[in-house]
Amino acid sequence: MTSMSSIVLAASEHADVVPVAADGVFSWMWLLVAIPAVSAAILLIGDGAGDHGPLDRFGHLLGTAAAIASFVVGVVGFVALLGQDVAERAVTQDLWTWMQVGGFDVTMSVYYDQLSALFVLLITGVGSLIHVYSIGYMAHDPRKRRFFGFLNLFIAAMLVLVLAGDYLVLFLGWEGVGLASYLLIGFWQEKRSAAVAAKKAFIVNRVGDLGLALGIMLMFAQFGTTNIHEVGLNVTNASQSVATALGLLLLLGACGKSAQVPLQSWLLDAMEGPTPVSALIHAATMVTAGVYLVVRSAAIYDLSEVARTAVVIVGCVTLLFGAWIGCAKDDIKKALAGSTMSQIGYMMLAAGLGPAGYAFAIFHLITHGFFKANMFLGAGSVMHGMNDDVDMRHYGALRKLMPLTFITFAMGYLAIIGFPGFSGFFSKDRIIESAFATNFWAGLAALLGAGVTAFYMTRVMILTFFGERRWREDVHPHESPKIMTVPLIVLAALSVVGGALTFSDWIEDWLTPVTGSEHHELGVPAWVITLIIVAVVAVGASLAYVLFARRDVPDTAPQQVSVFTRAGRADLYGDAVNEAVFMRPGQYLTRSLVYVDGTGIDGAVTGTAELVGDGARGLRRLQTGFVRTYAAEIFGGALVLVLALLAVNLA
Amino acid sequence: MSAVSVQAIVGAAPSPIEAPDVDYATISPLLIILGAAVLGVLVEAFVPRAYRFVTQIAVAVVGVVAAFVATVVVGAGLDTVDGEVTGRGGPTAMGSLSVDGPAVVTWAMLLFFGLLGVLLFAERRLDGGLSAFTSQASTPPGSADERHATRLRIEHSEVFPLAMFALGGMMFFASANDLLGMFVALEVLSLPLYLMCGLARRRRLLSQEAAMKYFLLGAFSSAFFLYGIAMVYGYAGSFGLAEISTAVSSQIGGQNLLLAGMALILVGLLFKVAAVPFHAWTPDVYQGAPTPVTAFMAAGTKAAAFVAMLRIFFVAFGGARWDWAPAVWAIAIITMLFGAIASIAQTDVKRMLAYSSIAHAGFLLVGMAGLTSGDGVTSVSAVLFYLVAYGAAAIGAFAVVTLVRDAGGETTHLGRWAGLGKESPVLAVAFTIFLLSFAGIPLTGGFISKWSVFAAAWDGGAWPLVVVGVVASALALFFYIRVVVLLFFAPPQGDGPTVAVPSPLTWSVVAITVAVTIVLGVLPGPLLDLVQQAGAFVR
Repeated sequence: MTSMSSIVLAASEHADVVPVAADGVFSWMWLLVAIPAVSAAILLIGDGAGDHGPLDRFGHLLGTAAAIASFVVGVVGFVALLGQDVAERAVTQDLWTWMQVGGFDVTMSVYYDQLSALFVLLITGVGSLIHVYSIGYMAHDPRKRRFFGFLNLFIAAMLVLVLAGDYLVLFLGWEGVGLASYLLIGFWQEKRSAAVAAKKAFIVNRVGDLGLALGIMLMFAQFGTTNIHEVGLNVTNASQSVATALGLLLLLGACGKSAQVPLQSWLLDAMEGPTPVSALIHAATMVTAGVYLVVRSAAIYDLSEVARTAVVIVGCVTLLFGAWIGCAKDDIKKALAGSTMSQIGYMMLAAGLGPAGYAFAIFHLITHGFFKANMFLGAGSVMHGMNDDVDMRHYGALRKLMPLTFITFAMGYLAIIGFPGFSGFFSKDRIIESAFATNFWAGLAALLGAGVTAFYMTRVMILTFFGERRWREDVHPHESPKIMTVPLIVLAALSVVGGALTFSDWIEDWLTPVTGSEHHELGVPAWVITLIIVAVVAVGASLAYVLFARRDVPDTAPQQVSVFTRAGRADLYGDAVNEAVFMRPGQYLTRSLVYVDGTGIDGAVTGTAELVGDGARGLRRLQTGFVRTYAAEIFGGALVLVLALLAVNLA
Repeated sequence: MSAVSVQAIVGAAPSPIEAPDVDYATISPLLIILGAAVLGVLVEAFVPRAYRFVTQIAVAVVGVVAAFVATVVVGAGLDTVDGEVTGRGGPTAMGSLSVDGPAVVTWAMLLFFGLLGVLLFAERRLDGGLSAFTSQASTPPGSADERHATRLRIEHSEVFPLAMFALGGMMFFASANDLLGMFVALEVLSLPLYLMCGLARRRRLLSQEAAMKYFLLGAFSSAFFLYGIAMVYGYAGSFGLAEISTAVSSQIGGQNLLLAGMALILVGLLFKVAAVPFHAWTPDVYQGAPTPVTAFMAAGTKAAAFVAMLRIFFVAFGGARWDWAPAVWAIAIITMLFGAIASIAQTDVKRMLAYSSIAHAGFLLVGMAGLTSGDGVTSVSAVLFYLVAYGAAAIGAFAVVTLVRDAGGETTHLGRWAGLGKESPVLAVAFTIFLLSFAGIPLTGGFISKWSVFAAAWDGGAWPLVVVGVVASALALFFYIRVVVLLFFAPPQGDGPTVAVPSPLTWSVVAITVAVTIVLGVLPGPLLDLVQQAGAFVR
């Protein structure tokens, strides 16, 4: 990684941004958050008792209108930002002082700049489309109103996250999207698997949140501020090790939210939630928050090569890891989830390249938001027609019966594999090029990932839309209603033309003030790399064609398969590792403490009882209910305390 | 005792006895509360039974409100002291009390808790027109006499003067400036609480057992406290915190005497704040005591004892900080982890809140590791803020517990709370807000309080404590969220919980505590300013 060290010198230009106070249109940016937040409050709290009140009949329309209104504000803000001078494109508006202690204060402020503007458009734009789609998808759900309330809550929290000018406010949004994600994964709580998945997502995310929380504490301790801009200024004067520690802690947070190895295991299970949720939260927006965090903290990562290298490694490992899982899954949503993991790996890899890659990370994040939301909604449309069966082995030959779903899905497919001219082609190509320019091995991993992506996406495509019909008896596939296909068409169009963002380097130039920029020269002309990528993609797609289109697809997954397939089906044993390393010791600990409190224990709260095993019988019960035991404990504690203090003196 | 030894104690030359010089205005809040308590005793003796309950409520409420007003007046009039540390106010009443910034803030806090407690005590609509306290404590549970007393609608309206005595003791405890005063205050606050714990109307045996346990263990720990005081007196030759501080700084005499004394005093205080391993009484007593009493003592005792602990250890033993700090660190870590993990296993709401209270004692101890003065978040300001936020949420949570009932009175098994969100959305949302505050979720008071104690500890160089604290709060959050899910999403058992319709008294307690919890999360500025302005302890 010799060439990486030069980045440190080149990258300090973006620290010079001076935010200007908001006026005119920009003083209304708080509406972005306020509209969906108020709508969520109305939907979740208002009219609680009535089962068929007006809110139950029209609540979904209110929720959708709120998302669209927020999008309109976002567009107005974006247009206004285009009209500003480059030097005045970071706008900040202080709303109120959240807390102030001595010299430390945290302001609730809206920080609207080039980076947050793009995110606002993505979140509210894709969010609005998914709200519209959900009107159709959730039409028959009795708790529709609550669903839209949660979706609005998510939009509001996600906007708080990207509009935060202070890490502590960002943390507020970070927790908010986690909460919304938890509620939505477990939305069909009567399904046990959904409840378990929600819990898992929650716990794994807590591990990541610990990293972020400690990172923020460290900033506070080192710089006396948690304002993102000021931290960026202060960190340049701090020692290398502080920057590295901050970078690694933030990376831990990013890994949790963005389902990166080693905190990846929750994302596959999160597919238990309703499909629009998978599209919005677990593909297009929330899971990319980790990438946002890294790019937003560019000032920190610029100073620490170790932290950057860690980001690159996490990205590379995850992009291969997710692709591998994507190859082995028969559940269409899980195959797509593996792919999401892998594509976010690309973004992480790009973000880890420093100023050379930040813009491309965001570029890929946006195009991925389009085509992956498109494909998830397409998968939802297929499931809608197939009685909610998710097993691709039960699909086949759907292209004639669901023409719109097929065509739009195909656009997404061509985009994700990087077919020349489609959006994914441009964004992935840029990342692989910059990876090669920085480090050969990272480039190679990204290139290999592109081939595997083509392989597994072609497999999904063939199993679903081509070949023989393998439906169950009672299934009558049909095209989805207009309210669901229109969002698909819009997203498909965006998947095709999204690549236009990079024409004449628009997105790079746009983001330069935020992220800095840098260009590494490749040893070979760029078109050579492009050709190689296209060739690798073609090989991957052809291989899938030979394996799946030319042969019959068995109705149940074959058991006589290679070690690699088996590992992929088992999510590469991510759960097994978690269980051995975290769960077992945790269970033993709680079990022993259950014994500590011997009175009134008859099973855990949710009735999962059986906590009292035979093996633990030997453990001493400390909470016996006998005063003599308690007094003995106090006496023992006092003795230890006295002796400990005296020992300090003797030592 | 011979004349020689008396002289040795009094001083070399006997001086004429001076008349005590007491500034009554400054200590008026304390006098008003103790006066209200004494008045309550007289009411008990002279007012006819039919009017007694109402009169007692009036005396208590007027007393608390008057004391609160007096506290505000006293607080506004404190002089700023600029010495080694910046503070306000100072010793009064011949140096036996220190009416400084932290003391006045604690008084106001305790009076606020006291008012909420009195409102809960006064609730009579939940149990067929009778209060939550037994009709006649002297009758055996389940006896004919007990039924007779209930039929006559006899009530123990003595709880109000008892509460006032306890409140007075707490206020005295938080502002006492010498160890002997502290011991007296400790007993004044504890004895009424022991009694009140045994007065529950329902599940009387459990309640009496709780009172007995609390009394025995409390007396046991008081003995440690007193022995510690004796040792410190032996070391410093004085009970006054200022004199002890001088002695500690100049390192006179045998260090072992001081260390053992500090350890024993620490034991007595850690017992009161329910820190591990002196916590064992907490779940049993919280569960057995009448719920309004649990609410009052969970908030009040913790606040008074923590402020007293900070005062003793920062003022008197400040010079020996590095002797006691490691022990406090260790206990903070054990307490946080134990409280967080043990609460996961609970199935009873009141026990769960008790373990949560233990965990919070741990977080508060983290706050103790901060700096004693300075511009940033100091230990004192962080702990004061934490106590307000925790106390409000705790009183609110216990108030909700009083409302969820079945035929046998309050139903505290968590399983029976499933589906509360359907039965009473408002109550379930309120309880959720309290739990989120306990968990330290942003936009609740709990978040800002956790942030401030962690920030204080980090400033004080105690980063390992902060790391453990963040981990422990993550663990605890998992549990709290599970309860929230239970409230809203789990299918109800049988008919589900029933929610009694209370009088406006309990409703207003729930409403006030919810409001305080949210305001402290969204706009914590004013209170943060106030605790920051309170400055350091003045000796």
